[in-house]
Amino acid sequence: MAESIVITSGKGGVGKTTTTANIGTALAQLGHKVVVIDGDTGLRNLDVLMGLENRIVYTLIDYFEGRCKLKQALIKDKRLPNLCLLPTAQTRDKNDITTDQMVELIKCLKEEFDYILIDCPAGIEQGFENSIAGADSAIIVVNPEVTSVRDADRVIGKLDSKGIENHRVIINRLNHEMTENGDMLNVDDILEILSVKLLGVVPDDRNITISTNKGEPIVTTEGTLAGTAFINIARRITGEDIPLLDLKPEEEGFFSKLSKLFRKK
Amino acid sequence: MDIFSFFKKKTGSKDTAKDRLKLILMHDRGDVSPQLLEDIKNDILEVLRKYVELDSEQELDLQITTTDSEYGSVPALVANIPIRAKK
Repeated sequence: MAESIVITSGKGGVGKTTTTANIGTALAQLGHKVVVIDGDTGLRNLDVLMGLENRIVYTLIDYFEGRCKLKQALIKDKRLPNLCLLPTAQTRDKNDITTDQMVELIKCLKEEFDYILIDCPAGIEQGFENSIAGADSAIIVVNPEVTSVRDADRVIGKLDSKGIENHRVIINRLNHEMTENGDMLNVDDILEILSVKLLGVVPDDRNITISTNKGEPIVTTEGTLAGTAFINIARRITGEDIPLLDLKPEEEGFFSKLSKLFRKK
Repeated sequence: MDIFSFFKKKTGSKDTAKDRLKLILMHDRGDVSPQLLEDIKNDILEVLRKYVELDSEQELDLQITTTDSEYGSVPALVANIPIRAKK
């Protein structure tokens, strides 16, 4: 049974697109057929994070306006044959798409794919309406900051009123040290305030910047904390019961420093 | 672990963040509007006036805050009403 999931947040810059690219890639690595849809018409970026920006010929809007078939707009991932990107147009705007078109599109995609992930734009206007229109459930990405939690709460209210009651939250960019020092909202604080279910916690990780630079989702690099967190999230989506990751950075003892020294050579 | 951190008092800024968020969300969620608060205040006063003499209305202090209950943190109405005499 295919499932469509919208990744949203209200606030911009919290990591929706990164989350979409990584969960999509991780689900495909687990063997599922996955399509990730860019909902951010006019400001698309999912293609860049996936490293597929040079392969776009047709977009979602070309399909809606009858210039191509759906198959022609789908771009196969570089690494995984069971992963596709459905890009949107960069030179059009969000009002060029209707909610009915999105509902119809996702119905078609459900015949081909196991998971349909929709990367929602920031805001709660037409782009948001379009992105949630065909979604069965929602993932809300939130940073441990007052502004982000506030906007997440607003979005959760919107989702509830649209009948998408199955929603879970990903706490992204958590800084373990700062939460330990009481200088950052922790997981329990955020869950208490928003009263939502937790899907996962992703630590603040410099490797994300590096993976963005390369256009390779971090789940394709082994041994990063954020990558492992995203893989765990993907497994939870498939129904596996995976405990939360310990985000405490490893204590650097004498021997670990020594072995690192040798590994570099 | 740092030995001295044990003695340091943990007074991080996250509690401030949490308290601010709770108040912001209460307004955002539209649980209690200023108009509703005013209506409640007037009704309470009307009832009280049946039984006691009250100080001037200006001194009446009615606030929406949060309080901890067995259900977690809930909105609370806090009133401080000086009573001059029984009727």
